[in-house]
Amino acid sequence: MFDAVFSFGMLSATILLSIPYVLAALGGTTSERSGVVNIALEGMIVVGAFTAAAVTWWTKNPWVGLAAAVPAGMLAALLHAIATVTFRTDQIISGLALNLLALGATKFGAKVLWGKPHSENIAKLPTLWALAPDAQGVATFFHTLLAQPMVILTVTLAVIVWLLHSRTRLGMRIRAVGENPAACDTLGISVPRLRYIGVVLSGAFASLGGAWLAFEVSQFSDRMSAGKGYIAMAAVVFGKWRSWGAVTACLLFGASEALQQRLQVAGTRIPSEFTGMLPYVLTIIAVAGLVGRARPPAGLGIPYEK
Amino acid sequence: MRRWFASVALQLAVSSTAVALALAAGAVFIVAMGKDPIEVYTKLIEGSVGQGYGLGQVLYKATSLVFVGVAVALSFRAGLFNIGAEGQIYLGGFAGALAGLYIYPSPWVCAAAAALGGALAAVVPALLKALRGTHEVIVTIMMNFIVIYGVNYFTGRIQEPETVHTRGLADSARLATYKETFEGSALNSSLWVALAMAAFATYLLWRTRTGYEMRAAGLARGAAEAGGVRMRWTIAWTLLLSGAIAGLGSINFVLGNKGYFEKEFSAGVGFMGIAVALLGRNHPIAVIPAALLFAILSEGAVAIGRIVPGEIVDILQAITILFLLVGTVLLDRAIAAWQKRRQQEASRV
Repeated sequence: MFDAVFSFGMLSATILLSIPYVLAALGGTTSERSGVVNIALEGMIVVGAFTAAAVTWWTKNPWVGLAAAVPAGMLAALLHAIATVTFRTDQIISGLALNLLALGATKFGAKVLWGKPHSENIAKLPTLWALAPDAQGVATFFHTLLAQPMVILTVTLAVIVWLLHSRTRLGMRIRAVGENPAACDTLGISVPRLRYIGVVLSGAFASLGGAWLAFEVSQFSDRMSAGKGYIAMAAVVFGKWRSWGAVTACLLFGASEALQQRLQVAGTRIPSEFTGMLPYVLTIIAVAGLVGRARPPAGLGIPYEK
Repeated sequence: MRRWFASVALQLAVSSTAVALALAAGAVFIVAMGKDPIEVYTKLIEGSVGQGYGLGQVLYKATSLVFVGVAVALSFRAGLFNIGAEGQIYLGGFAGALAGLYIYPSPWVCAAAAALGGALAAVVPALLKALRGTHEVIVTIMMNFIVIYGVNYFTGRIQEPETVHTRGLADSARLATYKETFEGSALNSSLWVALAMAAFATYLLWRTRTGYEMRAAGLARGAAEAGGVRMRWTIAWTLLLSGAIAGLGSINFVLGNKGYFEKEFSAGVGFMGIAVALLGRNHPIAVIPAALLFAILSEGAVAIGRIVPGEIVDILQAITILFLLVGTVLLDRAIAAWQKRRQQEASRV
């Protein structure tokens, strides 16, 4: 049991399981930092998964599928941005409506394309080199993980988002718009423009997370996001609205999922329901300020009106 | 009174326009698929309210939506956003079934337990919001998952072998059904409870001190507090009551339909309830027609399935909400502009 938990296998499972969370949470951080609550991550994930599967099935090329997921997610996010930034509607309701739309539209699309609520089998993203079948130990750990193009992509994007928020003018402006839109407006920074950028970027990230889900199991299936968008949103909160915090939270949630799988295989008495609950319990504790204080961006959730 | 009529008419106009636009957008979809939208929409109506069984099912589905819609609308009025109805109705159903199985098989006992269960699922967000000001949206979303995992664990321990539901309740705990009139549909007497809840919420909001405090808290929290509204108490009480009403909604399935608690019996109802509350402009009475509309759409989805995938209905519902959101904002802006112009005219005179 001990060996199953404290192992390189556990570590690589953690990283692989965290990928969709990390990608969606990076998007969530970007959107929420600009001041727009993004409950629609769930919907954007499922749009990404559907598009990746549909395009891969159509073109027989997973790379094209992966690339197509990005604009599809951005389009879904654009709807959220139009509703919340231009029309200043309630951000939470708009997000919920978008989730409903995305879940319905993708299932609809699947039935039109394949006549059933899930897709035909699609090609997986190829690994960069052939994997050893029984990978063990530290060398093979890197050998296995680094062969996954999505692992490399996710790590790269995490670094880019971190740099974006902390080092670039665009990132700082996005943050400023989320903290104090009125001040930005006075300085001649366009609040709507930056919020559009923040929200649309979140769609790009979340849909990549969805694409990963589809490639993992070689198909799209109805509701395959299975609450992952909400976990990612929780990670944003748990990570105190910082990109590295969100990534850490996602790794923690990924680890709890990996642990859950391992405990189940090992046949221990800890019910999977309790390990499954963990991310949500931790998030409530974090947001309630029982352990440190998570302070959201001051302008979060408030439509800005000139 | 004239102003009241004008405001009702305007809000009704916005809601109907949103529905009409959504249907139009759906028609574009259907035409794009090479099908006839008129035929689809006719089938949708025929398959739902056009026959006894369908009508019964529509009323049955609307019953759950009224419960949850009233619960959400009530909290909205107090400026609180209860996204936790999904978990509250789930825990309510479980508590109701447990009470019927292990305490006493009476609808009264089960219904009380269901309401308590719903309120229990709202305790954490209620306390955190009232005492620490923690945003209820995040906490209620998280509670949904926590409750569902928790209830599933305990259901797993007592469920009947080879099934995902509990033992059936004794007949004495079951509600009256109308199977003869509605050709075997699941409609049952909890419909009346749902209507009573809508009436109760309306009375509470506009005829009692508590309701006044809730509305004041929703309209202007600072002013209400300065005016002596017991803010913490109001917040906690509203969320608990909202949870209780959502939890009570589970009797429609547990006592009225199946007679047992089943895993995932309420999947998605909590979110639909938010849509229904919104469509009903957060008025408990207006929630009723909104619930009927959504019930017709979801029951009609089965009937149109042979022509186009029934999921087109999910798309219609989502688009309705989006149009409604935008329409509401535009209406509010138009009213504000109109009032400003009137003020300017008045000051000129």
